[in-house]
Amino acid sequence: MDPGSFFASSRVLIVAGKGGVGKTAAAATIAVAAARTGRSVLLIEVSGRTSAAPMLGAEPQGYEQTDLVGTGAGISCRSLTPDQALVEWLSDHGFKRVAKRMAKSGVLEVVATATPGIKDLLVLGKIKQLETARAADLIVVDAPAAGHALGFLRSPAGVLDTARTGTIHRQAVEAMALLSDPERCRVMLVSIPEETPINELIETSFAVEDEVGISLGPVIVNAILPEIDGLDPEKVRRPHSRSITDSEVRDMCAAAAFRLERSALQKAQLLRLAAQLPLPQIRLPQLFVPHLGPDQIEQLADSMLSGIESLEGDS
Amino acid sequence: MTGYNDLIEGREVVVCCGTGGVGKTTTAAATALAAANAGRSAVVVTIDPARRLADALGIDELDNTPRIVEGPWPGRLAALMLDTKSTFDDVVRRNAADDDQAERILANRFYRNISTTLSGTQDYMAVEKLKELYDSSEWDLVVVDTPPTRDALAFLDAPLLLARLLDNPIYRMLTAPSRGVFKAVNSAAQTMLRRLARVVGAEVVDEAVAFFQSFEGMEEGFRARAMATLDLLADDRTAFVLVASPRSDTLDEARYFLDKLDSSGLSVGAVVVNRMMPTMSTAPARSRQIQGGRHRKPIAAAAQALTEHTSVAEGDDDRIIELMSDVENAILVKVPLLPSDVHDIDGLNQIAELLGDDSGGVFV
Repeated sequence: MDPGSFFASSRVLIVAGKGGVGKTAAAATIAVAAARTGRSVLLIEVSGRTSAAPMLGAEPQGYEQTDLVGTGAGISCRSLTPDQALVEWLSDHGFKRVAKRMAKSGVLEVVATATPGIKDLLVLGKIKQLETARAADLIVVDAPAAGHALGFLRSPAGVLDTARTGTIHRQAVEAMALLSDPERCRVMLVSIPEETPINELIETSFAVEDEVGISLGPVIVNAILPEIDGLDPEKVRRPHSRSITDSEVRDMCAAAAFRLERSALQKAQLLRLAAQLPLPQIRLPQLFVPHLGPDQIEQLADSMLSGIESLEGDS
Repeated sequence: MTGYNDLIEGREVVVCCGTGGVGKTTTAAATALAAANAGRSAVVVTIDPARRLADALGIDELDNTPRIVEGPWPGRLAALMLDTKSTFDDVVRRNAADDDQAERILANRFYRNISTTLSGTQDYMAVEKLKELYDSSEWDLVVVDTPPTRDALAFLDAPLLLARLLDNPIYRMLTAPSRGVFKAVNSAAQTMLRRLARVVGAEVVDEAVAFFQSFEGMEEGFRARAMATLDLLADDRTAFVLVASPRSDTLDEARYFLDKLDSSGLSVGAVVVNRMMPTMSTAPARSRQIQGGRHRKPIAAAAQALTEHTSVAEGDDDRIIELMSDVENAILVKVPLLPSDVHDIDGLNQIAELLGDDSGGVFV
């Protein structure tokens, strides 16, 4: 599939996954890959502590939208926290003068408690507002971490159940409309090829599509170990030149055996995923560095673009 | 304190905390199993809804009451999966003046929201369950697996969740008239509530008001219980175990947890780092040199595997040393990356042994 059409197929991509699977790196990679196809991209972080911007070589971003440079050229970035969204929303809805005081006095706590999901809903509402205003060709959302992603996506339905009238009710209806229209919004799930993360990916996929009614894009599988040609610990012998010590030979054998074992485990999990989840996979390689920076995100964006090119046209 | 065994054999409560995806549930279960192996009566409270733990323990289903796990250990092992809603219902029933008050609260929609979806409720109920099991005197050790959260304070704040909600000025305003004071305050509250109703809907406000009014008289009980629970967590009957993986981002999170625990005056008994990669003594620079030399293909390929392995793993130990320099007297246990997830008691026993293995815990 042509990457240009891929990134044109939805205006909002919500990137979700459990902690430790490289969700934020995947979101940054999607943003860079989409920007390479000539689209303006808005990367939104909603988890509070921002980490996508630093991967793109920028300072952590605040509530204001900032244009990135270098690797992040064509991307603007902002953070969007529930508390900020709630205060902004109240200011826009007749509580301008008292919004801060309400936050201080604990009234907001009661409102938020009375309407579970309201804060998540307001974050979605803000995203919807940015989408409607065409703030960028593509909005990439780094969804909340851990188990909160489903709660985040379910929030409009939850609020509709609680608030049956009023402004907030309309907000929930609008957010539902955004989430359920694949031309406006899709969710891309991220995982790594290990047993528990793959199980969770499969469970989350069905929950997102069946319960929440959001369309899923291809799944992103991170940290795939590239194959090393000719790797065989049995054939590693100490060369006659004695330029390599015994302990180095031992380490090489151990590393080779470990690598083959991990690769085999990964392959088994990828097969299981393909068998149990009928979604195309975009596989991103394991990079052998302690920290991901702009160079690595560029590299991952290359892999993502070739992964998209090899997708079937209709996905 | 010298090893994880002292914690398994000496403490009465172990709280496993840390971010998701680092093996927290498995560490908690293995800790309880290790205690049973040491002859103690141990119960593990898990919040992980996945069936994995039940399967690993070989029991059909986990629910909100301790299920005994049969096995060859000299002690006793039980597990339960926290049901937030029914635990909260129990708390309300225990604290209500009479059945009428309890039923009024349980039927309220605002209460149902709090007991199922309010953030922090799961932590609150995990702590309530912990206290309930501790108070039952049936267990020598209660191990709690905490909800995956980035906010360590959620768990520490949990006991005060309801007490704090009932401290809310709105609550005081709402209950003022029935206490016969501050009738004027109540009219100010009504104005505020009418404005809120236009935004969130009148029925939401009505339910909230009914909820707060139905709690009248229960605040003191909740507050007293919260304070007793905090005391239990803060003194040396309890050990916090921080579970992490060696990846730099989860270690950053671990450091954040340690700071929070420290600033709350709580001590960390142990740091468990799961998923450690095998250590190799050859430096990446050297294996890169071999890789670039004129060697047979298998040598070059193995050298590449070694370079890539050590490039990822070499920072791990440094980062762990740095993390440990922040905590006093905490035990460090490193658990190697295992080829597969834990599927049965044997797998869990393997982890239990690694936890108790002093050589694994001693860091050179």
